[in-house]
Amino acid sequence: MTTSNKSSEFTAAEGRSHVKKIIGIWLVVAIIADYFVWFVYGPHMPPGAMTDQARGQQFDIKVISVMAIPVLLFIWTFGFYSIAKFRGGKDRPDGYYVKGNVKTQTAWYVITATLVLFLAGFGTFELIVPAGAGGGEGPSPIWTPSTPVKLVVQVIAQQWRFTYRWPQFGGMETTSINLPINTEIQFDVTSIDVIHDFWAYQLGVKADANPDVNNVAFAKTLQYGRFTVRCDELCGIWHGAMYNYGKVVSQTQFYNWATQMQRQNASVTKLLPKFALTYTPSYTGAGGGYYPSGDPNGTAA
Amino acid sequence: MAIKTTSFASGGDGGRAVAGEKKGFRLNAFTGLIAGGLGYLFGHWMGNAIAGGYQQVIGSGQNDIAILLGFIFGTIGWFLGLGILNYPLKKMAGIEPPLEGYEFEPGVMKYFRFTLDNKVVGIQYLFGMLFYFFTAGLLALGIRTELLSPTNHIWGPATYLEIVGEHGTMMMMMMTSVVMGPFGNYLVPLMIGSKRVAFPRLEAAAFWFTPAAYIILLSALWQGGFQSGWTGYAPLSIQQGVGQDAYLFSFALLGFSMITSSINMTATIINYRAPGMRWSRLPMIAWGMITVAFTMLLSVPILIDGLYVMGLDRSVQTAMLYAGHGGSSFLWENLFWFFGHPEVYLLALPGFGLTMEILPVFARKPLFGYRTAVTGMVGVAVLSFFVWQHHLFQSGMNPDMRPLFMLTTELISIPTGFIYLVGLGTLWRARMRFDVPMLFMLAVFFNFLFGGITGVYVSDVPVNVTVHGSYFVMAHFHYTIMGQLIFAVMGAIYYYAPLYFGVKLNEKWGKIHFWTMFIAFNSTFLPLFALGLLGMPRRVFEYAARLQHLNQWVTVSSYVLGLSLAFFVVTFVWQLAVTRPKSPLNPWQSRGLEWQVGYPIPPGNFDKIPVILSGPYEYGDPNALPVADLTPAEPSAVGVSSGGEI
Repeated sequence: MTTSNKSSEFTAAEGRSHVKKIIGIWLVVAIIADYFVWFVYGPHMPPGAMTDQARGQQFDIKVISVMAIPVLLFIWTFGFYSIAKFRGGKDRPDGYYVKGNVKTQTAWYVITATLVLFLAGFGTFELIVPAGAGGGEGPSPIWTPSTPVKLVVQVIAQQWRFTYRWPQFGGMETTSINLPINTEIQFDVTSIDVIHDFWAYQLGVKADANPDVNNVAFAKTLQYGRFTVRCDELCGIWHGAMYNYGKVVSQTQFYNWATQMQRQNASVTKLLPKFALTYTPSYTGAGGGYYPSGDPNGTAA
Repeated sequence: MAIKTTSFASGGDGGRAVAGEKKGFRLNAFTGLIAGGLGYLFGHWMGNAIAGGYQQVIGSGQNDIAILLGFIFGTIGWFLGLGILNYPLKKMAGIEPPLEGYEFEPGVMKYFRFTLDNKVVGIQYLFGMLFYFFTAGLLALGIRTELLSPTNHIWGPATYLEIVGEHGTMMMMMMTSVVMGPFGNYLVPLMIGSKRVAFPRLEAAAFWFTPAAYIILLSALWQGGFQSGWTGYAPLSIQQGVGQDAYLFSFALLGFSMITSSINMTATIINYRAPGMRWSRLPMIAWGMITVAFTMLLSVPILIDGLYVMGLDRSVQTAMLYAGHGGSSFLWENLFWFFGHPEVYLLALPGFGLTMEILPVFARKPLFGYRTAVTGMVGVAVLSFFVWQHHLFQSGMNPDMRPLFMLTTELISIPTGFIYLVGLGTLWRARMRFDVPMLFMLAVFFNFLFGGITGVYVSDVPVNVTVHGSYFVMAHFHYTIMGQLIFAVMGAIYYYAPLYFGVKLNEKWGKIHFWTMFIAFNSTFLPLFALGLLGMPRRVFEYAARLQHLNQWVTVSSYVLGLSLAFFVVTFVWQLAVTRPKSPLNPWQSRGLEWQVGYPIPPGNFDKIPVILSGPYEYGDPNALPVADLTPAEPSAVGVSSGGEI
């Protein structure tokens, strides 16, 4: 094997020159990329700003991006520079004999650890501030909104649709969902068969719908518009078709819609099982029949 | 056909024959298939006899007990038919059986038999792995074809989900299990200077679990499939038809394969290192294998427990995973991901091992920061046990654990970053040679960077609300697994073909393969990040019309990726079977011990146990000692650990 490496071929000055070039190139491209990400693309990043939670997620994506992109660009710059400059061949001597560098390695450990710990702290802060960040917190949420919850919506998932119950409107059940603007909303998400997931994309809300579990998530609406609801956990054959749409409307429009639905559905509401946080499918109730979990045989009903 | 069957003394002296030989018919995969089929029929009959009158069987027309007993007896038959159980059964009967040894046997029939030669087992694994990979790859093309249109369907929702489940399960479980095989089994004994592995029967049995698992898993397609995906979440998996039994049983078989393989690998590396093979000289592939083996040993039993519970729920109507009847669907999620997340690193660690092994050879430099590299791999392996709940951030489980799991998940970036430091340090002022293996290794770093950095997004709980369960996550793990492991494996195949087959694969064809695969891979998976951020969930056969163009781009790119891999298969088989371009010995001028033994490698790997004199990565040091003395006068005089000779 070729082992004609001589230290004179690899001077310290030459090494410093390479380092300066790499850092110079990296700094320029990293600043341009971060500017573009924060100011140009940032305001349009998913999932938008329809709710406080969605806005928080968008902010997190922006912050992580402006931190991650320079890391990615540094490795690219270093890698492509090395490919361009440090080429060899079968008839050329071996490379620079160096097995480590304490300063470089220490700097790398410190910088990566600092970045990671900052991101963990930042993520935790962002998780707590917007009340769970829109994720399902289970039956006993620990990050609750600072303003009182004004509307509770129960999301019941089943193969393969979502229905919504409204305890503040007589426990009525609807197949569509409208929400009022500027309102703190609590979603109580559950399932009556397998695991589903309630993903209201533009609202920044995602909570698994588990049978016999009440999974609570919060959102405060900030913008009017339509939002998409999709199931986000594989739930069987028609999982791909389990979606619908909702709207954020004015408070007056919402109140009018809800009271109208309450009157319209009154006769059906009487037949429904009593409102509960979770339900269990009836042993014989094929076709969507279900009862409160304290009464799985439906005796009381 | 005359077959040599020899026996050897116990211990580490490899295949030295100590008893005579006998001739006659020897069991093989074909007799295994026949016995396996008969075993399945027997088990199925027994299941019907036992449970045919059960209420739930009569009511549903579905007898999971018969199916599972069929699989159990089918597997026992497969093992009996292969002759794997001959040795332990005879031992139990008080008969001292002859040990089948390592005598060189020409031809290809040895690859269809239970064999104790680590190199034969390695090649069995290599072709098995490629076969499983390409099967799952074809299924992936089926998925992408369905997604050409948001509303017009090729397969229909049931078939689509069957394909999705088969693809995911085969890629994750088959690749996971076998990735240690082609390189660990073949190379580790050679790299550490041993004549054999510690437990050759376990090593060989670990491989022969995999064809049985493959057949059983594919059989699900003829039994209605399973629509739970590879994650098998309950109660959906309890609700499914008998195809789900194939899922759980084949997964369990692979679990046993992983455990047996890991026991052997761990014992081999700890106990069978040659004199002078200190831990600080251990090649990176061996570090990759021992870290992955420890990870498997601790995580896979949890998976098997979970599958056992699922089997009981399905067959004898326990309700451990079924909410409302005393169980909880959270149980399976925790058991599965306690295995599942370390598993992701089971895939990454061997890939890193291969990359860091091959990089210095083509950089013509020592590996930069050897201890940092080892710390990185060990750190990843250890931390991988503390991150599983990040898959369940939105599940509704105890929310106050989320900051902890966010922290542990992000901490894993630190040891992963060590590996990048090692990679960049090795390239620094190198004399790079851009042969095909090097191109693949550079691509490993390029691709994994996307997977690693997007992992930070996924681990952040607020961002996870947007990206969990979406195509963003799918792109993330395809970058970490296919972008890293598969590229590393491909590079390693080009690199080790001269050692395995005496063939140097054509550079021009290899570069065509590399560039088409690299471009098509990125063209396929990079847009998936955008699809996920734009709100497309995984495993759906319908999606928003506004996402059609991106999906079509991805599908066409995936076809190019498929063609690139098909090109590799054709050229690889052509060169191995027809043209056989002869390779010079050690064509890459590697210092690795495995390259010093010549070709063909003798059945016992080394004539004498070598004495290791220096590390394998001392490129550029004109005063470096050779890596080993292959003909030491008195190996025992060195006074270091046994090195495989007892």
